[in-house]
Formats: sequence, C-alpha cells, structure tokens
Amino acid sequence: MIRLEKRPQPSRALSLSTPIMAVLATFIFGGLLFAVLGKDPVEALQTIFWQPLFGEYAFYYRPQLLIKGAPLVLIAIGLSLGFKAGIWNIGAEGQYIMGAIFGAAVGLAFYPAEGWYIFPLMVLAGALGGWAWAMIPALLKVRFGTNEILVSLMLVYVAEQFLASMSLGLLKNPEGYGFPGSRNLQQYASAHNAELFAGSGMHWGVVAALIAVIFAYVLLTKHRLGFAIRVTGEAPRAARFSGVNPARLVLFCLGTSGLLAGLAGMFEVSGPSGQITIDFNVGYGFTAIIVAFLGRLHPIGILLAGGLMALTYIGGDIAQSNLGLPAAAIQVFQGMLLFFLLALDVFTHYRLRFGAAEAA
Amino acid sequence: MTDKLLDLSGLTKAYPGVVANDDVSLRIAPGEVHALLGENGAGKSTLVKMIYGLVKPDAGQMQMRGENFAPTDPHAARQAGVGMVFQHFSLFDALSVAENIALGMENPPRMRELSQQIRDVSDTYGLPLAPDRIVGDLSAGERQRVEIIRCLLQDPKLLIMDEPTSVLTPQEVEILFKTLRKLSAEGTAILYISHKLEEIRSLCDSATILRLGKVVGHCTPRETSARDMAEMMVGSALKTPTRDSKEPGEVTLTLNKLSARSAHAFGMPLREISVEVRRGEVLGIGGVAGNGQDELLNALSGETLVGAGMIAFDGRDIGLLGPTARRALGVLTAPEERLGHAAVPDMSLTENAMLTGAAREGLERGGMLDWGKARSFAEKIIKTFDVRTPGPGNAARSLSGGNLQKFVIGREVLQRPELLVVNQPTWGVDASAAAAIRQALLDLASGGTAVIVISQDLDELMEISDNFAALNEGRLSSTRPAQGLTVEEIGLMMGGAHGMEVAHV
Repeated sequence: MIRLEKRPQPSRALSLSTPIMAVLATFIFGGLLFAVLGKDPVEALQTIFWQPLFGEYAFYYRPQLLIKGAPLVLIAIGLSLGFKAGIWNIGAEGQYIMGAIFGAAVGLAFYPAEGWYIFPLMVLAGALGGWAWAMIPALLKVRFGTNEILVSLMLVYVAEQFLASMSLGLLKNPEGYGFPGSRNLQQYASAHNAELFAGSGMHWGVVAALIAVIFAYVLLTKHRLGFAIRVTGEAPRAARFSGVNPARLVLFCLGTSGLLAGLAGMFEVSGPSGQITIDFNVGYGFTAIIVAFLGRLHPIGILLAGGLMALTYIGGDIAQSNLGLPAAAIQVFQGMLLFFLLALDVFTHYRLRFGAAEAA
Repeated sequence: MTDKLLDLSGLTKAYPGVVANDDVSLRIAPGEVHALLGENGAGKSTLVKMIYGLVKPDAGQMQMRGENFAPTDPHAARQAGVGMVFQHFSLFDALSVAENIALGMENPPRMRELSQQIRDVSDTYGLPLAPDRIVGDLSAGERQRVEIIRCLLQDPKLLIMDEPTSVLTPQEVEILFKTLRKLSAEGTAILYISHKLEEIRSLCDSATILRLGKVVGHCTPRETSARDMAEMMVGSALKTPTRDSKEPGEVTLTLNKLSARSAHAFGMPLREISVEVRRGEVLGIGGVAGNGQDELLNALSGETLVGAGMIAFDGRDIGLLGPTARRALGVLTAPEERLGHAAVPDMSLTENAMLTGAAREGLERGGMLDWGKARSFAEKIIKTFDVRTPGPGNAARSLSGGNLQKFVIGREVLQRPELLVVNQPTWGVDASAAAAIRQALLDLASGGTAVIVISQDLDELMEISDNFAALNEGRLSSTRPAQGLTVEEIGLMMGGAHGMEVAHV
C-alpha cells in the first residue's frame, strides 16, 4: 500500500525543484500527446520552446514575449499577495478591463491636446479604475461578509458589459465610420504607451511589472505588512493574536491586486492593443491566476512563470500555424503544466511511504 | 487463573523515530481499578489504543479472559467487552443525547426503547441524563456522561477512561468516582489514565507507571505518596517552584463589568466580570473548560475588542485598543492553543518570535523587519527556556508540545511584561518543563509584574496563585486568597456540580 505521510517541515529542496520537474514531466507527456497526434514530438517541443527564443524569426517573437508576459506578471503579483493571505480575487479580468477603460477615457478626454502630463494622468486613472472595481468585493466582504470569490468573479461580467457599452457608446471613435471601438491611442502621441526602445517590446507595462516584482519581494520578506499577509494565510487566529486587522488586510490585498490589474489594462490599451473594443480583454486576468500558482506565489517565481506562460502561448501559436497542431492540443499542454506542478507540490509537504496502512 | 481479565505481555509498538511502547506487560483483574500513569509521550495513549483495536502492536500478546485477544478495530474490541471514554468527546452538538448514542451503535434499538435504556443506566449508576436533551446545551461533565452511558449500554468488562477529570469540577469528579466504584464493585475492571496523582490515590487499586514507552514500576497508590509516584514518572527528583514572598503593589488592571460575546457559535459569552489585579500578584483563574477561558484571554489580549470603560490598565481605558497597542503598554498574553493561535505551525521559530516580539524587542523599524534581531531573540528564548530544538530555523510544528509551550511562554516573559495573561500554561507539558514554566511565572511576579494564570489544573493554581477566582458560565466568582482554600470551596466557586447529584449507591 502506498500512502502519504506529512513531513515535519516542508522540504525546501523539493519546493525549489518541483517547477523544473513539472516542466520535464510536461515535456514527456506533452511529447507523447503530440506523437499520438502524428507529429514529431521533438519538433513540436522545439517549435514551442525554441523557435520563439532562438529561431529564425526570434527577432519578431522575442518582443512578443515581453508584451504577453508583462500583464500576466503584473496581475499575478497582485493576486499572489491576496492568495497568500487566503483572500481570493478571481476578478482580475474585470479590474483589468476597468483600468483600461478609465485610462483610455482620461487620454481620450484630452484628445487632441498634447502634453507630457497626459500619460501619467492615464496611469493614475488606470490604477484608480482597477482599484475601485476591486474595492467593491473588498468593502462588501468587510462590511457584510460576502464571499469575495463570487462577487469579484461576477463583476468580471459586469465589466465586460460596461466595456461593450463604452466601445459602442461614450468612447466610440467619432471618425470610425460607425465601427465599434475607440480612437486608436497608438496614433495619439501623448497617450501612446510606446516601446521604450524600438523593436524591443519593452513598454512602460514591462517596467511596471519589474517594479511590482521587486516591490512584492521586499514587501513579503522585509515588511511587516508582508509578514502579516503570510501569517494570515498560514494561521488566521495567530495573525489576529499578533495584531493583524483582518478587515484592513482584505482592503489592502484586494485593493493592491485591483490596482495592478488596472495598470496592466491601462498599459495594454494605450500600447499593444491601442483601443477600447468589445473584445479588448483576452483572459489575462484569468491566466494570471495560473501564473500566480505556477510561480508558487513567490515574486521571482511569478516572473519566471509569466515568461514561461507567454512562451507557451507564442510557441503554441507557431506550432498551430507551422505544424498544424490543433489549438485544443496546445491548451491540453498548458493544462498539463499546471497539473504536474500542483501534483508534485504535494510532495513538498508529504512524503511517499510504501508499506501497510495503519490507523494512528 | 480466574482472577485475570486482561493480560498483556511484551507489547511493543514503534513509530518512525520513536518506540512508543517497549515490551509492556500489564495484568488487570475483574473489578480492579488500575491506573496507567506517565508523562505526556510516555506511551499511555498508544497502549490503550492497542487494547481498543485502534493500533496494531508490532510484537507481544494480549489475552482477554484467558483467550487470545487481537482486535483489528474498535468494533472487535467492543465485541470482546472493552469500552473506552476518550478525553475528547466525539458528539454532535446539534443532535440529542439518544441520537448521539444511537449513532455509535451497530444495531440501534427504536428510539423509545433506547431512551428507556438510557434512563435505566443513568438511574442505576447515578448519572442523571435526559435522553432528549440537545448535546450542544450540555456542560462538559454531562457530555462525558453521554460517552460513559454509551459505553455502559454495551455492558463492558473493561472500561478505559482517558483523562476523564480534566473537564470536571471537584464535585463532578466525586460523582464520577462514585459511579466508577460502583462499576468496579459489580466486577467491571477500569483502566484509568491520568496524571493527577491525588485522584489516583483515592480511586485506584493498583498502578502501572510508564516512562518513555517502558514500564518503570508498579505501585499501590493508596500506600505511595504522590511525590514518589511523580518522581517515578519523571525519573528524577522534582523541584517545587518557590518565590520570595512580597507585598503586592498598587492595582494595575481593573476589569469593570467586562462583557463580551464569543466569536464561536457554541462559545461562552463573558458576563459582567469585575476584578482587580495588583503588581506582583499572581491571580489564578480556575474553572471547567468552556466556561469563558478563551473568551477572557481574547478580551484581555485585544483580539476581541470590548466596550469603553470595561478594561483599565494603569488607569488607562484599553478596551478599544488592539493587540499591538496593548503590547506597547506591556499587556502580553499567551493563548492556550499553541499551534495556530500562539504560534504559526509552518513558520520557523524566528518568524514566531517576530509574531509578538516585533514592537517590544525592537525587531521592526518603520515597518521594516529586522530578521537578524528576530533570530537572536529566538535564540535567546531557546537558550533561556531550554527549548529542545536544533535551532531557530526549525518550524514550530516540529517541536514537541512541551518545548513549544516553553517557547511561547518564554517569548512573552522575555519581553518584560507589565501584565502577563496565560491560559493553560502547562497543558500537555511534562512535569519538569511545567515546573520550569511555573517558576518563570513566579519570578516574573517577584519582579513586579501582574500575572493572571487561567488554568484547569487546580493543583497548579494552588501552587502558584496568591488569589483565586473561578469562571463559571462566563461569570467570574469573587476573588479569595488562595492560601487555605479547601477543595470544596473551590468546587463551589466553579459552579458546584452543575445541578448534579451524587450517585445513590
């Protein structure tokens, strides 16, 4: 009989090595999957993981990695703070949309005036939009004890409707020949979140993501608030005993994650996307949940996980067009990654024992 | 031989890294009340779990009435006539007494018949209990009676009782003992686990003493002094805590009609508690578990905020201050539950030192934490309080209960409190560690700190308290000097027998 036995202490070595083992297991089983589909597994894996970084067209794909990775990392960092404390913001997608709408609206309000102050104001507005949207579940939870998972998730759909209304109404481009969608901010210099170095993919969102990683790292390791977050997640009663105010922590965690998601939306709408449209959001807010866990809620881990996730997206696209792999196979592949990570995660807290079962 | 009910020989059970029972042999005759004595971790629980079929021995033999006895599960053990009353009750609060008892039976009779059986047994053994009452409304003593009656309905030959008196008032203990003596007179053997030596001396016919999994001695409790038994348990001479007698200082803490709701559905609200505590005084607060102990500690630590004017510390109203602000004033606390309340199980001792020491020990500056200092503080606690652990990097969970308790108490004592409130400071702690903790509390009081000790261990309270009060149903009795209090007086302060009667034997 095989059974699991709780380790006296979580294994540190395993905690660091499970992500690598999970990636290897995904290679093996993903390769098998591709082989069953009649594709050369080595070629498929090479297409997904090698081509975007070092292939013939890497000069095109590498900037894409930053563009896709930055919002994932930015949102996931915010989510990880709450997740560590057992506060579950599932609605980052909605906060991302609201940040984009607020940011774009401020920019469009100044159109066609030019000025250095317009972009910073848009950044503030984007942050405010995401923060305010996250404060709805936060205040409801603190005041009425509602479940933040449900409220934040439901607000995603409200935000999507709001997005549609904005692209068809208030923010619609008056010179857009009746098509839905706002003016393109890429063509409005003062509001454009342009690449900092041409062709690098490096825009202000990437910078913000890196700053967020450093901020979160310092917060969690060196600051009292980060300690309060970790203690609350591990033992809520001990947190209260040590003097943590649970309500304030809920407001901080949900507020910060909303703020960062709002920033991500704002950088996206003013840069790579350029305009508010009905289908502006592509699920970064949900994928970031996976990124947060894949990075084991650790800032550096999230940075790496965001990069890896972006890689599988871009590599997956290449594999679809070059090798004719079905989109579903790519999704299964991504799912495998998360599955193996969570499955192997068990072994950091438990060890496997072979032998007769026994009642304790 | 006919006068042998249960015969254990050479029982051995090893767990990874520890031999819980090593070649344990034991004989119990019908009608004998046999005490199993030992410190925490001596192997008492493992031994009775083997008898009750919860754990399978690695080696050794058990015989019941001359026949081989190797129960594979509790069901088989009950069939063979073994009943067990656990220390922690397994009852459903929302169900009635009869329903709870029916749940534990293989073939429960109709509810009406069962209720009649329950009444019969409770009359016979002087354990009054109404079958239709909801368990959530019962006192701890009454809940224990549900468990006992559940066992008695199966007409056991051997009744195992694990620490049965820890939840009872002295009067309730007396009632329980009358019942047990009656059972014993009828031929039921009782295996009685406890570390309360005076109880064992008054109840038990013989005793087996375990230490580190081995039988280290037998004795006849009535002819052996409690001190001798304690020293057999510990294996060394015991040091009694002492203090320099000193006049108490001025009043530092005043509770004025302190009332607070409990955070739990089945918790006990605090009802108009008024008391004064002086510098250098040790106030012992007794009471049966669940009468407001946790709630009182939470109200004093600041985890539960109470109304204005209810708690005054050095003349300052602190009822509306949270734990951090109270710590800054020198009001420190140590809750009963070590894992998950006083300490974070999966965090290192360094992090757990930071948990309450941040402000008073200067471990943080402007919100930034100084882990180097926290580590030194943790090391200081480990050294001063002889905490057995490889180092401050180890998780709290990896420490034994006694060692973690020394760490938790040490963490607060070393912060030089003005007022220290501890709940169950020596619960589950071995005798030598308990003596060290009590000595630390007394030293603190000698230095002018006001100390409140909430405990269910009356011997402990009598040993270290200057004054004594008891919690009952969320109310605090008036304070009396501890010196000269009789057990009967204490029992009455604790609420007497909660409306129970002594069995008519």
